[in-house]
Amino acid sequence: MAYRLAGFVAAAAMAVAGAAMAADGPNDAQIAHIAYTAGNIDVAAGKQALAKSHNKAVREFASEMVRDHAAVNDKALALVKELKVTPEDNATSKALTKGAEEEMKKLAALNGAAFDKAYVANEIAYHKTVNGALKSTLIPSADNAKLKSLLETGLTLFTEHQHHAEHLATELK
Amino acid sequence: MTVMRRRLPVIAAAAWALLLTSAPAAAAPRSFTIVVDKMKFGALPANVHAGDILIWDNRDMFRHSATARGAFDIDLPAGKVVKVRMTKAGTFAFICKYHPGMKGVLKVSK
Repeated sequence: MAYRLAGFVAAAAMAVAGAAMAADGPNDAQIAHIAYTAGNIDVAAGKQALAKSHNKAVREFASEMVRDHAAVNDKALALVKELKVTPEDNATSKALTKGAEEEMKKLAALNGAAFDKAYVANEIAYHKTVNGALKSTLIPSADNAKLKSLLETGLTLFTEHQHHAEHLATELK
Repeated sequence: MTVMRRRLPVIAAAAWALLLTSAPAAAAPRSFTIVVDKMKFGALPANVHAGDILIWDNRDMFRHSATARGAFDIDLPAGKVVKVRMTKAGTFAFICKYHPGMKGVLKVSK
């Protein structure tokens, strides 16, 4: 499992690094697409956990992920509408989606405690990657103040999620 | 005598009114607003007394809570205002149970 997770995280990190390597960093339309895609991935992962897990703490965590990430994405959609920006698909979003699809397939094959541990381990790794991208690339590259503010709130929220997942992982041992 | 009888209730009422207004009445409950925004609890009020009302104004897009173990667990739905009367005195360290990095300490006097 560890190598699978490492593979996904490496792919996600490379995807984000790709955005960072662009000459001027991603533009606001690309950033909005990346942030929305990252949120959708975690909503889908949370829904998968709710469908498979019977662990109360894991289910509560998954519900929180679905609720919080959906809220951020609703806000992001309202913001791009207000700003009249059309989110622009890009290599980073594509790589994130591809990596997440592969991870979901792997998790689908697991059950019970094995699923719970793998789901939570992936949540830790995924939030670390997304938080790193927000800090190093997405927030510094955002031009629009409202988008930047939303990303900053997202970073605070996702850092909480990461800590929550780390705490949950210690309970599952 | 008749006039006196008529006046007596009026005088009594006036005396009661005077008594009521001049007596040191118990402090009326006061209201304090705590804004929750951008994953933070805003400034917490000082001088809160038992019986006062706290108005939790959750301006975030996320569901939060104000939870002090063994004392209170207030649900704060996204974008809603929740009014709660503080009935107990004490110093309460509280968190959002969904986002435990959100913290505060509330002092409630008797």
